[in-house]
Amino acid sequence: MSFAWARQYEPQTGLTKWLDERLPLPRLVYNAVGAGYPVPRNLNYMWNFGVLAGFFLVLQIVTGVVLAMHYAANQLVAFQTVEHIMRNVIWGWLMRYAHANGASFFFIVVYLHIFRGFFYSSYKAPREMIWLLGVVIFLLMMATAFMGYVLPWGQMSYWGAQVITGLFGAIPMVGETLQVWILGGFAPDNAALNRFFSLHFLLPFVIAGVVILHIWALHIPGSSNPTGVEVKSESDTVPFHPYYTAKDGFGLGVILILFGIMVFFLPNALGHPDNYIEANPLSTPAHIVPEWYFWPFYAILRAFTQDLTIPFTGVVLIEAKLLGVIAMFGSILIWFILPWLDKSPVRSGHYRPTFRKFFWFGLIPAMIALFICGGAPAEEPYVMISQVATAYYFLHFLVILPLLSSIEKTEPLPYSITESVLGKDGAGAATPRPAE
Amino acid sequence: MIRIGAIAVGLFFAAVVFLWSFVPGVITYFTEPTEKAAEYAFHEKAHGPEGGFSFDGPFGKWDYAQLQRGYQVYKEVCAACHSIEYVAFRNLEELGYNEAEVKQEASTFNIPEYNADVAEVTTRPGLPTDHFPPVPYFGAGDPPDLSLMTKARANGSNYVYSLLTGYGEPDPEKLAKYPEFETPAGLYFNPYFANVNISMAPPLMEGIVTYNDGTEATVSQMAQDVSAFLTWTAEPTLIKRKQTGWPVLGFLLFATILAYLSKKQIWASIKPRKKD
Repeated sequence: MSFAWARQYEPQTGLTKWLDERLPLPRLVYNAVGAGYPVPRNLNYMWNFGVLAGFFLVLQIVTGVVLAMHYAANQLVAFQTVEHIMRNVIWGWLMRYAHANGASFFFIVVYLHIFRGFFYSSYKAPREMIWLLGVVIFLLMMATAFMGYVLPWGQMSYWGAQVITGLFGAIPMVGETLQVWILGGFAPDNAALNRFFSLHFLLPFVIAGVVILHIWALHIPGSSNPTGVEVKSESDTVPFHPYYTAKDGFGLGVILILFGIMVFFLPNALGHPDNYIEANPLSTPAHIVPEWYFWPFYAILRAFTQDLTIPFTGVVLIEAKLLGVIAMFGSILIWFILPWLDKSPVRSGHYRPTFRKFFWFGLIPAMIALFICGGAPAEEPYVMISQVATAYYFLHFLVILPLLSSIEKTEPLPYSITESVLGKDGAGAATPRPAE
Repeated sequence: MIRIGAIAVGLFFAAVVFLWSFVPGVITYFTEPTEKAAEYAFHEKAHGPEGGFSFDGPFGKWDYAQLQRGYQVYKEVCAACHSIEYVAFRNLEELGYNEAEVKQEASTFNIPEYNADVAEVTTRPGLPTDHFPPVPYFGAGDPPDLSLMTKARANGSNYVYSLLTGYGEPDPEKLAKYPEFETPAGLYFNPYFANVNISMAPPLMEGIVTYNDGTEATVSQMAQDVSAFLTWTAEPTLIKRKQTGWPVLGFLLFATILAYLSKKQIWASIKPRKKD
């Protein structure tokens, strides 16, 4: 795969030679994340988050499997079994807090991974398929996280399930039937809890499968890089191992320190206190909020406060709730067509002055505003702010990016990655610059 | 083509949220300002006792004498209405009671159990393996189980302390501003409760408990003792968690420094030399 100068795996011992001829698994690893994968030499720390996301996926699966050994998906005892894990299971509290905060950290690193993609246009040809698979992973993560949050069967679990499945109820004609089918009843109860547990156990393995495809697709064109200039020669790359295993190892250490601070000292800071109250269908919490990583999308959902009517006639074209649901799902689904919206030949935001302004002073503030408004109660001024931010969000991806790619005057690109690192004269190059 | 379609869809959504939702919302906001409920104005933020709790902060520790006093307050006052069903008697050993004391303590509780011989629920003396039994309650309101209370409220330990010491009269200045505000009959004003009127009568009064260790039983003292006890019931592993955290973080810091140094060394050979 990828480049002609990629190092070849050479089995050294009798055992590895024997294995290589029968099941070349070491060769696969060597080519995927070993010295056999040439990577641009200029990746910055924003390129750490793919590996970190992989780490948190594994952590979630390991802690999740252990938790499943002690948890019972039955509405009569689910809440108690979680407390059993916290109180009686040896190191159970650590497993549960690591799993709950692990979900948050998984989303943190994935959001950084996605926004790195936005800034450096990592989605552009020839890497569209990597991007599409990434969006699929993100959607699967959202489904998994939502169902996982229902399992402790606390108040927010129950009412979150009620609200989110209620979104399907907004679909005209089939909505209510669909909602009942999803829940296995008219409200969340044992049927819903059981199927959510089943799917919550299944989906991480589906994610792992799509991650393999994501990495496979990555190895066809090779990694993107901060200049957005494609690899031209061997001097543009370094082998993944040891250069990026070392760099990712350092990044992993930093994120684990932050993770440790949350797990051991602030384990409930990212959760909601109401989820330590057992689910009660007769008592609605004052403010139903999803987990923090859904806040931006929850804000888009709630931004549509009025039905779309024909002015002065009162004829309702689309109800507000349905508009919100379409916009919320649409806000992620539009990422699927992003590679075909942004046609600027320049990838990196470093060489796109106007794009850069829209990114830092448009998209990022809009996302932060949506995040804050999604976590806040549905009152002013949060509703108004979320409406402006929602409008900008759609304009950014669907209007600004397509128009910008035709009219923007981009800055000159370096000739090659090596030139961008070492300067034109190649001073200090360890590997000589090859003649053209 | 796809871009023209996208621009149309983008303009549509932006226009709908802006013209149909945002503009009417702004107009309503300025023409009919919504008044927040009076309760909102009387609400106050929870605060801890002076000097904080012994378990606060990353180096926090249990004060076992305080936990035992808190258990006494729970048993003699709170337990009249509130259960702590997630706690087993055997857990009390963690408060510094010995096995015999726990056995003795458990036996003073009556545990309801279905008795097949008489086809009735009968009671028997508790064993250390039993959990605290449910507390029957027939009055007004709905006393919640307290096992998880300090985790089920924001800033929970301080919340319980503030609530127990927060009974009183509404601030006269705020009353002048919201003359229609009144506490309904049968409820009690408490600015720390979510809607500031609570069914629970003030449970603590000076000297209601006689501490075995001779500590003076002021309302504030009992409130902080029972808040500490309920912090323990909500998370018995709280201190173990913090104490585990330090060596873990120490190891991670050490490993990260090593990772940084090896990264630096590996990259040194291909990093450009500083330009002179």
